[in-house]
Amino acid sequence: MSSRIVAAIVGPGNIGTDLMFKLMRGSSVVEPRYMVGVDPSSDGLARARRLGLHNSAAGVDWLLAQSPRPDIVFEATSARAHAANAPRYAAAGVRAIDLTPAAVGPYVCPPINLDVNLQAPNLNMITCGGQATTPIVAAVSRAVEVPYAEIVASIASRSAGPGTRANIDEFTEVTAKALEEVGGARRGKAIIILNPVEPPMIMRNTVFCAIPHEAAEAGILREQIEANVHAMVDRVRHYVPGYALRADPQFDPPHEQWRGLARVGVFLEVRGGGDYLPDYAGNLDIMTAAAAQVGDLLATHLYEERTGQAAAVQEVAGA
Amino acid sequence: MTGAAPSVTTATTQTTATTETGATVPAVRLTDSTLRDGSHAMAHQFTEEQVRAIVHALDSSNVDVIEVAHGDGLGGSSFNYGFSRVDEFDLIAAAVDVAERARIAVLLLPGVGTIEHLRRAHAIGASVARIATHCTEADVSVQHFAAARELGMETVGFLMLSHRIGPSELAAQARIMVDAGAQCVYVVDSAGALVLSDAQARVQALLGEIGHQAQVGFHGHQNLSLGVANSVLAVQGGARQIDGALCALGAGAGNAPTEVLAATFERLGIRTGVDVEGVLAAAQDVLRPIIPHPPFADRSAIVQGYAGVYSSFLLHAERAAARYGVPAHKILQRVGEAGYVGGQEDMIIDIAIELARQRESARARGRSGQLSNGGAAVARRGST
Repeated sequence: MSSRIVAAIVGPGNIGTDLMFKLMRGSSVVEPRYMVGVDPSSDGLARARRLGLHNSAAGVDWLLAQSPRPDIVFEATSARAHAANAPRYAAAGVRAIDLTPAAVGPYVCPPINLDVNLQAPNLNMITCGGQATTPIVAAVSRAVEVPYAEIVASIASRSAGPGTRANIDEFTEVTAKALEEVGGARRGKAIIILNPVEPPMIMRNTVFCAIPHEAAEAGILREQIEANVHAMVDRVRHYVPGYALRADPQFDPPHEQWRGLARVGVFLEVRGGGDYLPDYAGNLDIMTAAAAQVGDLLATHLYEERTGQAAAVQEVAGA
Repeated sequence: MTGAAPSVTTATTQTTATTETGATVPAVRLTDSTLRDGSHAMAHQFTEEQVRAIVHALDSSNVDVIEVAHGDGLGGSSFNYGFSRVDEFDLIAAAVDVAERARIAVLLLPGVGTIEHLRRAHAIGASVARIATHCTEADVSVQHFAAARELGMETVGFLMLSHRIGPSELAAQARIMVDAGAQCVYVVDSAGALVLSDAQARVQALLGEIGHQAQVGFHGHQNLSLGVANSVLAVQGGARQIDGALCALGAGAGNAPTEVLAATFERLGIRTGVDVEGVLAAAQDVLRPIIPHPPFADRSAIVQGYAGVYSSFLLHAERAAARYGVPAHKILQRVGEAGYVGGQEDMIIDIAIELARQRESARARGRSGQLSNGGAAVARRGST
């Protein structure tokens, strides 16, 4: 039995390749061993080969025939491909971390709800905007009731791939739902903007939460929200170093044209780690960084389950 | 639509005689956007009663298409763009109910609204789908054009902030929209930044690329007071659909005024089918009493045209200016420098915070005589 948890990446595109770099560099619990695609001329497969990963363009058939079989598969293909592959992983007892919008399994964001979902056979990484903003909505909704949360994600045009472009509604719908299910808002709304400016803009996210009137005034509720937001940003920065506030949370009193709602606005920037993708592509980086974090924590959990002992790697994983 | 629509008299009260006779199809179709682009200038506070009155006035003046939606399109009601006072679907339904011959259009910005919004609008009677993207991002609209065509809606593509790229690049984006199902593509001068030949060259480039398959339209703004002149040049360059708004009611310094377009086109012998006296009355007697102040090319609006800034940022910049005590025109100047596009209203607040911070640190420097860092990074909060 391997002392590390064996992982495979399915989908050697930009996301899969960036994730490979993160896994190879960052984890003592996860052993990235396989890279799988469907196109033999794929750049990502060639890179995986050079980095010493077992690789194939023969798809999931090949992967599930390998020994050892992976414990975890990271899927960075498309919603349709993952919907087809997911039952096969489940049947083979392979845990899936899904970076597509397929949403076969529950939405997860590491600092919010990964702990309660560690038993699930399939975990969905929401969207880039979801990874960036659900933590803030959760931070606010743990202090006060949030009847409505709205986020605006702005990304560089160059970082939006054909998949995102062909189905942009998927982004807004999935992200809005995650603001409710993961963030704890009663109702969520998501907006995404593609900006082509050169040099490319760093990913930006703005979170607006409707809050009780008294929470917009100076006082204990407001302090609680501020403290929660700052603490949450620190937790996310743990695995996404480029995640930062642009300003302190901005509180505004109720406004007639806001249907009488008071609001807190949180302005975020996500600079990518530059592992494989350029640093403006914080939207892609936060997906791969969050998936790697889920992989680490899931691997630690699987390791403990398998050996019955606490993983000595815990500290490293959390470092 | 109500049944047994009375036949509508055609425009016969021109002050200028039109020599052409026998033409039944207007050469240029006017789309009035008072109830969509004008929604920006109203902070999205239109009531159903106002919508009914305006649609009735436009419809009885033979305006072919009337656009009704939140200013930022379906689903735009939000903190970021402003909440609609009345649900836009109720306003659309009211417009459909009142209109006897005009078709009701809706706007959709992919990333803000979704196909689901489009389906709802279609279900209550909207029949023209106008799908808008930033001028370089046409491919995000492909799924929406497909859905609109499937619903049987007439389709129009909207390339916003068209001044940001050159004519041939713009034409390539129009091609993407037409391939996706657009029956007309507009050169949209969202910033009112196109100056005369800039507008015409873009229209002509689009015509060259898509003219054999689809029409070309033009949507002008008044930030440099060129909305009408640009529209005339657009038509002379081959555009067949033109947007306007009564009393210029629209973002920034407003749109090309529908009533001025109708009068000007008539003087030029360009047929629109619109009853000029009717739209003059609609503007003067119906809309004017409703609007608190008509759009005006003040310093901030001119800066928008000059710096190429999305027109609907104006009121948001004014609000952020009041909230953070910094000048609106400086915010807009920064927005232009940063290259922000339609939809990024949140960045206006971001810039206002930054300007306020710089002002504070300049004051602190003035007080202490020391240099302090006014950079972008936020210092972690202390115990304050």
